[in-house]
Amino acid sequence: MTGLMVPIEDRRGLRKLADSEPTPRGPRSGSPLKRVGRFAGYTVLIVAALALFAPFIWMVMSSLKTANEVFSVPVTWFPEIFVWNNYVQIWTNSDMLTWIRNTMFLSIVVTFLQVLTGSFAAYGFARIRFPGRDALFLVYIGTIAVPWQSYMIPQFILMSELKVSNTLWSIVLLQAFGAFGVFLMKQFYETIPEELSEAARLDGLSEYGIWRRIMLPLSVPALASLGLLTFVNTWNDYLGPLIYLRDPNLWTVQLGLKSFVSNLFDTNYALLFAGLTISVIPIAIIFLVGQKYFVEGLATSGMKG
Amino acid sequence: MATTTATDIAGTDVAVGPSPSLRRRRSRLARRNALIGWSFILPNFLGFALLTLVPIVVLFYMSMTNWNVFGTANWVGLANFQRLVGDGSFRIALFNTLYYSVLHIPLTFVVALGLALLLNSKLRGVAFFRTAAFFPYITSIVAIAIVWNLLFSPDYGPINEILRAFGFANPPGWLTSSDWAMPAVVIVSTWRDMGYYMILFLAGLQTVPRELHEAARMDGANAIQRFFNVTMPSLRPTTFFVTVMLTINSFKIFDLILVMTEGGPGQSTLVLSQFIYTKGFEESQFGYASAASVALFFLCITVTVAQFLANKRRSA
Repeated sequence: MTGLMVPIEDRRGLRKLADSEPTPRGPRSGSPLKRVGRFAGYTVLIVAALALFAPFIWMVMSSLKTANEVFSVPVTWFPEIFVWNNYVQIWTNSDMLTWIRNTMFLSIVVTFLQVLTGSFAAYGFARIRFPGRDALFLVYIGTIAVPWQSYMIPQFILMSELKVSNTLWSIVLLQAFGAFGVFLMKQFYETIPEELSEAARLDGLSEYGIWRRIMLPLSVPALASLGLLTFVNTWNDYLGPLIYLRDPNLWTVQLGLKSFVSNLFDTNYALLFAGLTISVIPIAIIFLVGQKYFVEGLATSGMKG
Repeated sequence: MATTTATDIAGTDVAVGPSPSLRRRRSRLARRNALIGWSFILPNFLGFALLTLVPIVVLFYMSMTNWNVFGTANWVGLANFQRLVGDGSFRIALFNTLYYSVLHIPLTFVVALGLALLLNSKLRGVAFFRTAAFFPYITSIVAIAIVWNLLFSPDYGPINEILRAFGFANPPGWLTSSDWAMPAVVIVSTWRDMGYYMILFLAGLQTVPRELHEAARMDGANAIQRFFNVTMPSLRPTTFFVTVMLTINSFKIFDLILVMTEGGPGQSTLVLSQFIYTKGFEESQFGYASAASVALFFLCITVTVAQFLANKRRSA
């Protein structure tokens, strides 16, 4: 099953990728053929960039329009007057604050548990030899090929039996113990030289001490990758909350915004877009701050979701 | 506390023929190791076993019962599966899932690889683009689906406006048309996923040996020949990984469709996961929904195993 893991050289390439500054290049000239090629390259790049960002730009622009202007024909890209009031409105007229509080709580608790238990278990898999370890790890990896959708029903019944469905804890349980974190951390631990822990062992450090004092400090980049990815995943999750959180007081941002779209014509879409923009902002900030870790983490093994 | 080092020794000096006391010490150390190892794994494993492994096992049992909302379950054997075979909605869902996959997998593969090749070049601005391209991938499905729904709006949407400007008098009805709804979903999911797979390809491209390209160039190979004879063979591990992930992710497509179309218009975008969701959570036929889940389970496992075997044969 090792094919499921991105080869180590790939990850080295990634680190290079994530760090790379635009490479300095030689004189701008070159043969005419090359220049045509470069021109075509830029054209494709610009078109691709437009296609990538147009939906986001449109979302932000529409959030500043009046309700009618969103559906005006011909389509207007820029609002005639900027209706900043939409943001005040969605904030005061919906339970946005409750939704954000719930989502924040879930994202933080899940991220904490996933990073903690994931890195702890990964140490067991990466550094301690005991019978059955490799078989157990294969089970972990194997579940990656099993979509959550195929066992969501027995899982739901189990959670209902445990009396946690329709509480925020159901989502914590659902998201916090995935195989993904274990897998990502194990991959990273295996790149840390064994001699380091060997030396610590000779100095009388216990295995727990080695994990805490040597492995954790050395794996900060991987912890950051895992933490950011988990946070974003939990923030964006729609299906889990849809199934488990029936009580409107427990709704997450995604559920709340979806509930807003009841009918094309009695929804105020300008307000909705203001809400969507608010929901995307935390992700955008996290992304800007930690983009390097995202690139590494996603590529190492993006098997979540 | 030299516990693990002892097992290392134990594993390597079998030839010497251990004395009984040494053997006893060794087994004690092995036990101790197992204990420490499990203590690390246990906190995660408890959650993992309870919420993933147990449900997967229970799934198979449930699929052979008529488990309903009251929690009473009678054994019905393969009756649920017989019902599935004859269920028109299930067949439509299965067909649509495959239809989606057949469109989505090659399209995303080609677009992501193309972008990666472009961004692996020395054009200005590629560093910015590399990270920006997967922002859609980490944006919520709900936001994406709602925004694209309006972009696709037949009369008021910018997409059809642009199409009309380019001379298409009758642009497609997209999500209101049963022929165009699925292609629209595929466009959105490709737009969302391409940045992620592009990053995977880019990482793979970094490992293609530069010398090979130089040598091929010396031998007079043009860019296209170099792509097929140097780049693609070196990218094999990456293309394999991408194909496996793309396939699994296509088979389980759900949330995007749920927010964009809810399976409609009619049943034109009804997929397997949604069939399971509807039967289970809306109609409370847990047994029957479990049988459909088993079908999804085997679809994913079979195709993944087949891909692994094919990959092994090719690399052998």
